[in-house]
Amino acid sequence: MSEIKKIATRVSYGNALAELGEIHKDICVLDADLAASTQTAIFGKRFPDRFFDVGIQEGNMVGVAAGLATTGKTVFCSSFAMFATGRAYEIIRNSVAYPRLNVKICASHAGVSVGEDGATHQCIEDIALMRVLPHMLVIQPADDIEARQAVKAAYDYHGPVYLRLARLASPVFNSEDYKFELGKGVTLRDGSDVTLVATGLPVTAAMEAADMLAGCGISARVINMHTIKPIDQEILLKAARETGKIVTIEEHSVIGGLGGVVCESITEKCPVPVCRIGIQDQFGVSGPALDLYKLYGLDAEGIFKRVKEFVEA
Amino acid sequence: MNKKELQIVANEVRKGIIVGVYNAKSGHPGGSLSATECLVYLYFKELNVDPQNPDMENRDRFVLSKGHAAPGLYATLAAKGYFPMKEMENLRHIGSMLQGHPTIGVPGVDMSTGSLGQGVSAAVGMALGARVDGKSYRTYALLGDGELEEGQVWEAAMLAGNRKLDNLCLIVDNNNLQIDGTLEEVNSPYPIGKKFAAFGFHVIEVADGNDFDQLDAAFGEARNTKGMPSVIVMKTLKGKGVSYMENAVGWHGQAPKADLYKVAMDELTKAGDELCQK
Repeated sequence: MSEIKKIATRVSYGNALAELGEIHKDICVLDADLAASTQTAIFGKRFPDRFFDVGIQEGNMVGVAAGLATTGKTVFCSSFAMFATGRAYEIIRNSVAYPRLNVKICASHAGVSVGEDGATHQCIEDIALMRVLPHMLVIQPADDIEARQAVKAAYDYHGPVYLRLARLASPVFNSEDYKFELGKGVTLRDGSDVTLVATGLPVTAAMEAADMLAGCGISARVINMHTIKPIDQEILLKAARETGKIVTIEEHSVIGGLGGVVCESITEKCPVPVCRIGIQDQFGVSGPALDLYKLYGLDAEGIFKRVKEFVEA
Repeated sequence: MNKKELQIVANEVRKGIIVGVYNAKSGHPGGSLSATECLVYLYFKELNVDPQNPDMENRDRFVLSKGHAAPGLYATLAAKGYFPMKEMENLRHIGSMLQGHPTIGVPGVDMSTGSLGQGVSAAVGMALGARVDGKSYRTYALLGDGELEEGQVWEAAMLAGNRKLDNLCLIVDNNNLQIDGTLEEVNSPYPIGKKFAAFGFHVIEVADGNDFDQLDAAFGEARNTKGMPSVIVMKTLKGKGVSYMENAVGWHGQAPKADLYKVAMDELTKAGDELCQK
């Protein structure tokens, strides 16, 4: 069996950004002393005149990004998700989202897969924080191929975008001819008993879980929901009607994240039972990333068990 | 435009401020009136802007970081010809272009502000944008003195100083009053000049920021300062021009009722008449 290639979506971001910078001279990039981690350093090295490392001041970074955007620039700014969205939240709201400026908040180290650094650095609230803002798009790619295209899509869209990226290297499962479509969920596998809607890194675990479920006679549909806002209502309603049960899987609090979006989206037209797998209203803990996935039931085995219980209940 | 003409415009702007907050039954007259001369000087003498072409690419940028002084900015933009002064009557009304705090989309407004500290960062971004593009425009931002209590101001100042943004000029409206009292009573940002100097700014202290001659000298000095950003720290009188609002903390964010509205307008009309007779 050939080795599956693993790449962290933050690395995909750094590479895609540098490629885009070559073509589009209006791109400026800001970072807050984490350029090596967020991978904006690749752009910075190639285009030093359009790269600003502002130091450890995430709030000011976002405000500066807003000002730059008013001069016609497309501005990407990066830090860890915790600081990019949490520390800078009100500045994103008032200086970026409200005036609808062309700023892309591209945050790495989202979720518990940050690992050993622990709860202070494991942002599990950012999807909720960003999606509640009018004008803001929220995208979370699941692998390298999707992430690189998502960066281009963020550039092509004129307005604020939140791009959620991961620290952990993860399997590349999309093929080279994959086409990322903003706002369109991707059905990775069809099924009739239950639909697993996953976003980000847990998408691959959801696929493995679907295989295991098939072994028990449970037919699970799997959807990769890379765009959380605007949400693909159509694919969710179809899943609700056709499979009658939905499970959401995310590396985020079950409050306000993908689980929240899915419930909100189907409640009015086709309410069905929804089981939300994610972080259950608690802070993360230190530990190796893959062990944390196990701890929170985000690995294939954990998803399999939870879905089986839910379907058989 | 000579000093007297500027004073006449400032008086008209003050009327616009009072009309605006009176009709809105809310808003911030005190800090609008303290900054009136500065706003008028900027738009009528200093800034390279064109009300017929508000989005002109190489225009100078202005950010009202103390966004609550929106009535002052709007009335100044109206006096400059960006939109009719009559629009002030719709300030803060549902459906009005003139929101409670400045909003991108209003002709002449370069940045949405209102949450203190944020405008300074945006201004630094604009100044960096000019540098990236090799453009000659300058960026100005007006801050409140109480606003200096926001940490974001100093994050932005640190970056501006370190990047030696000599195309950036900050102005501090030092009227010494904030909502809960004097600056000293609440959380003193003094010494203001020394703090900015430590952050790499050229500091210009203005004894009377309601005097056009002193503003003229200060902005000239800022424009000619190379290799570092400038800050003009101007002492002003909060509520300037309306007797009962002057240096009165209670008029930070309150609108006059009908009787006091009449007093204010009578005072400003009289002041205008006197200026025209001189």
